[in-house]
Amino acid sequence: MRKHLRLSKVLAGSGSLFRTVMIVGIGFVILYPLLVQISSAFMAPADLNDPTVHWIPKHTTLENFQKAVDALKYGRAFRNTLLLSLTVSVVQLVSCTFVGYGFARYHFPGKRLLMGLVILTLIVPPQMIMVPLFLNFRFFNPLGLLGNGVNLLGSFWPYLMMGITGTGVKNALFIYITRQYFAGMSESLEEAAYIDGAGSIRTFFQVMVPNAVPVLVVVFLFSFVWIWNDMFYAQMFLTGTANLALGIADLPILTRYLYGDHERNTLIHNAATLLYIAPMLLVYAFLQRFFIESVEKTGLVG
Amino acid sequence: MKRRRSILTMKWRKYLTGFMFVSPFVVGFICFFMYPFVQSIIFSFNQLELTPTGYVLHYVGLDNYHNLLFVHPSFRIAFTETLVQMLSRVPAVLIFSFFAANMLNQRFRGRTIARVVFFLPVIMGAQAVLALQSQDYMQKAMSYSKIGAELGMFSGSELRNYLMQLQLPDGLLAYVFGAADSVPQIINSSGIPILIMLAALQSIPSSVFEAASIEGATKWECFWKITFPMILPMIMASVVYTIVESFTSPYNKLVNLIKSTAWQGQGFGVSAAMSWFYFITIAIVLAAVMGVMAKSSHSRS
Repeated sequence: MRKHLRLSKVLAGSGSLFRTVMIVGIGFVILYPLLVQISSAFMAPADLNDPTVHWIPKHTTLENFQKAVDALKYGRAFRNTLLLSLTVSVVQLVSCTFVGYGFARYHFPGKRLLMGLVILTLIVPPQMIMVPLFLNFRFFNPLGLLGNGVNLLGSFWPYLMMGITGTGVKNALFIYITRQYFAGMSESLEEAAYIDGAGSIRTFFQVMVPNAVPVLVVVFLFSFVWIWNDMFYAQMFLTGTANLALGIADLPILTRYLYGDHERNTLIHNAATLLYIAPMLLVYAFLQRFFIESVEKTGLVG
Repeated sequence: MKRRRSILTMKWRKYLTGFMFVSPFVVGFICFFMYPFVQSIIFSFNQLELTPTGYVLHYVGLDNYHNLLFVHPSFRIAFTETLVQMLSRVPAVLIFSFFAANMLNQRFRGRTIARVVFFLPVIMGAQAVLALQSQDYMQKAMSYSKIGAELGMFSGSELRNYLMQLQLPDGLLAYVFGAADSVPQIINSSGIPILIMLAALQSIPSSVFEAASIEGATKWECFWKITFPMILPMIMASVVYTIVESFTSPYNKLVNLIKSTAWQGQGFGVSAAMSWFYFITIAIVLAAVMGVMAKSSHSRS
């Protein structure tokens, strides 16, 4: 009996040792590129080929950051990207709250079909409709009312129009999440509001929306991060404007043109990457609770 | 009679209110999804010519498809490569996220920190950054400098040299090195699947496990008889998510080819044909995977 106990203890111990090793190892793989970027972003080019330099640079310099700021036009690009992410994620939040609530609480003919179409927009990759979307916004002309058409590229309009109609960046996923959350809320809340004489619109705004704040925060954060990180839509709609994702995408060509020399370019690229992801890392550091508990909160499952 | 009519209008009023709530999506679906979707089918059978005020279509029949299948120099190679890569990567991502989700679901000290780190790729996974890194990595791999050796964690290492000396078959070595090199990519694309599976694991009530252990089930049996079947639907969702996500990955050669064909190469028509060919293939793969999984979950229950 005693022997058996000891054996099971050893087994449990080795299990947790294995788990620790695995978690530390995977964590290392995830953090490693970030650490390399941070350490090399402060290095002078001379440190690159110095075999005695490991992690801590000998010649600390901010030159890489200065060059990266210039190359990205950081001030203007940062402001544009922030404005884009904020406005578009607010617009997407509004639309998916409406649509998700409609799907969760109302019954009407064709509802199942419509929900199926929401999932369809999630499954069909946006690359499929890339070219037509681009052309439709380049020569924007609904029903031929605008004569020769208006060029909406380079403005936020394509994002806003797609966002307010629930077909923007990953919008279908957010519709699904809000639907699940509203469906899980107790119906007695609304019944009480109806009995007190509130109409359906008023009930929605004054009773349901305030009670759904946790899921709305999650949706807002995810859509903010995804729009900030997105390059696909930016390349389609915003080419030629100052934008961080586009700046990063064009960086190799620009640095090769400006400096030629490959090794120093890597340092500049690393500094630029840090400048690009730093705001998201800050957001994550303060609000990681929301991201990680999001699925529990939103009831994505079930 | 009068009463019945008022019930009917009440019902229709509810229908209308519900429809009003979802109407933004209906408008968006028609304007920004279905219309371009149909357009892209039409484009794939046409040659597209841009004019200052719009575009003109010249019908070419199946020429675009013929072009990409029999004339285009790199489409077939990129297509098979992407498909093979997807088929080999998706199981790896799923197995890894299943494993990681189970690990993160256990109670241990530092679990919060582990979760924070594991979800970091979701935050940092900007396509632009990944593309930049892979470009730098390719360059460094060729020019053998220090950063290159550091970026490619498993490349140029002692282990690799050692394995080379063992005189193993070349194919096996190539596979091992390929797998090791794609470890960071697999981990990077596992963030959301881990999130989905972790949520599924946490939604299993603990009373089920208590009942099972009272009946004398071992942990191993609990895992395969309770945990696995209960999170199978969410594994299926992760499969779909991972496959769809591989479309937008900056490592996806075919998607890059589709993009460059549209903007710089043979034009929008050929690009649309490529994306349709690819999409139909993916749809078949998805349908097959879902069919198999639905069948296996059916036979289980």
